[in-house]
Amino acid sequence: MSVGTLAPPLNVPAGAERTDERSRVWRKFVRNPAALAGAVILMLVVGAAIFAPWIAPHEPARQSLIRRFTPPVWQDQGKSAHILGTDQVGRDILSRIIHGARISLLVGVAAVVVSLTVGVTLGLLSGFLQGRTDTVIMTVVDVWLSFPQLLLALAFVAALGPSVITIIVVLGLTGWERYTRVVRAEVLALREKEFVEAARGLGSSSTRIVVRHLLPNTFSSIIVMSTLQVAQAILQEAALSFLGVGSGTAYPTWGQMISLGRDFVSVAWWLPTFPGLAILLTVLAINLVGDRLRDALDPRVQ
Amino acid sequence: MLTLVVRRVVRLVVVLTGVTLVTFAILHVSGDPVALMMPEAPESDRAVLRQNMGFNDPLPVQFVRFVGNTVRGNFGNSFFHREPALPLVVARLPTTLLLTLFAMGLALAISVPVGILSAVRRNSLFDHASTLVVFFGTSMPVFWTGIMLILLFAVQLRVLPVSGWESWAALVLPTFTLATFSTPLLLRIVRSSMLEVINLDYVRTARAKGVSEWFIICRHALINAALPLVTVAGLQFGLLLGGAIITETVFAIPGTGRLIVGAIRQLDFPIVQAGVFILALIVVLVNFAVDMLYVYLNPQIRVR
Repeated sequence: MSVGTLAPPLNVPAGAERTDERSRVWRKFVRNPAALAGAVILMLVVGAAIFAPWIAPHEPARQSLIRRFTPPVWQDQGKSAHILGTDQVGRDILSRIIHGARISLLVGVAAVVVSLTVGVTLGLLSGFLQGRTDTVIMTVVDVWLSFPQLLLALAFVAALGPSVITIIVVLGLTGWERYTRVVRAEVLALREKEFVEAARGLGSSSTRIVVRHLLPNTFSSIIVMSTLQVAQAILQEAALSFLGVGSGTAYPTWGQMISLGRDFVSVAWWLPTFPGLAILLTVLAINLVGDRLRDALDPRVQ
Repeated sequence: MLTLVVRRVVRLVVVLTGVTLVTFAILHVSGDPVALMMPEAPESDRAVLRQNMGFNDPLPVQFVRFVGNTVRGNFGNSFFHREPALPLVVARLPTTLLLTLFAMGLALAISVPVGILSAVRRNSLFDHASTLVVFFGTSMPVFWTGIMLILLFAVQLRVLPVSGWESWAALVLPTFTLATFSTPLLLRIVRSSMLEVINLDYVRTARAKGVSEWFIICRHALINAALPLVTVAGLQFGLLLGGAIITETVFAIPGTGRLIVGAIRQLDFPIVQAGVFILALIVVLVNFAVDMLYVYLNPQIRVR
């Protein structure tokens, strides 16, 4: 076992290397116009979600039968009060899209937190303990991979009753297996490395090795995967509300707007079009940022 | 190699047991299946049903009974159709599988040539354009893509039917919709696995021998790039079935997916359980077949 490779270079101050690393990642990130555009769109969407009640021009639930099916402002009968038009009961589409950002982002991020917690824990256990634990966990992963994820989520949300919490938990619990596979593979590679052996030689407990040495080394993959998983969770949430097992509330969601708009597609094309564009832009922005993060964080791509 | 096959078969059985357990859990996860089945019935009626259906037994006993019934293909009667659930699901299966296979075929027909060309002409305009398309493709919700296609081809241009499954023309939009769902992912895999092999020594040797470039790509590179593609295509099958459920709903196609979605709205759990189980069974069997194909395609495993 060689301990020599572990010693930090003598003349470099402890924090410097990390700062360098961070600024290199940052430079790589901003140099890409697509990723920058993604980041800007994402900030707009997050802003819309946070400040929805103040920036939405109308109450999202206010109906007005005389104003129903108002087309977007650039069409003949468009009104400047409703930039993206109104729906079948006269609700303002733009306001509903702005409010809809809240559910999408909330569910997307929260579901990923659930998946990440479960998936990373199981991946660490599986890779570090190996043996029987590993077999059991990987069998569960195999079982999970056998179900069309959406179908499983659909069935469980229906059984538990639709609510935002249910959707978060169910989407979280259907999407964890990707983390387990990746973290397990990384731990299997890392556990044979010298620094782990050194830590063990110094008398570190298993828990300490896992938490202090193995886990931090999987962070960059976890960050990249989580960004892309948030995008997936947003798409899944939209699909669930489209299929009619949404949040169970009257609060507007993008998927539900598309679902209702589908029935009027031949008379009012704007009903399903704009909420879909909102999903497309948000998910695209997250994917662009996530992809760039992968390039910036993954040492293999350099 | 024989031990490998045996091991895969054992795993198949274990995974199928797990699949049965998850299917069983759908009805029991809420704590009281009877309350789920008849939300408006008085407690006295519920108690009778609970007793009749054996819901008072310990869960392990119920699970063993469920496994026994599953093996015999008995998922109970549909509450809504008042006939056995499994035949209802199976009768609609060919439609769903047809849609999935068409979409898979179209996705492969697009992604393989485009992916190869992107890899061969790396960083060309073509490569960048296809990367852009991949980004958009992975970011579009399937159901929305479907509705936009309806808007364009059925409502505006009036060249294809809005929905249904009766004519060949009606198949076009659903197939295309579902294909947009998996093409980007497959394209990515083809491109990256081609990039991996295209500069390896044996490809360079072939080039040095003066073999034509397209022969090298097809005969030497593609065969080796096919391995990851086969695995991913197998895994994609499950994703595609999930996408088929949505596509069927958008286009009102009378397949298994639409049946299940309808059953979920009516809380018709025998259908939900039968449907979930059958679709998972198909995915498991497809992946098993892919595993076997992988063993056959990969000489490193075959020799052992």
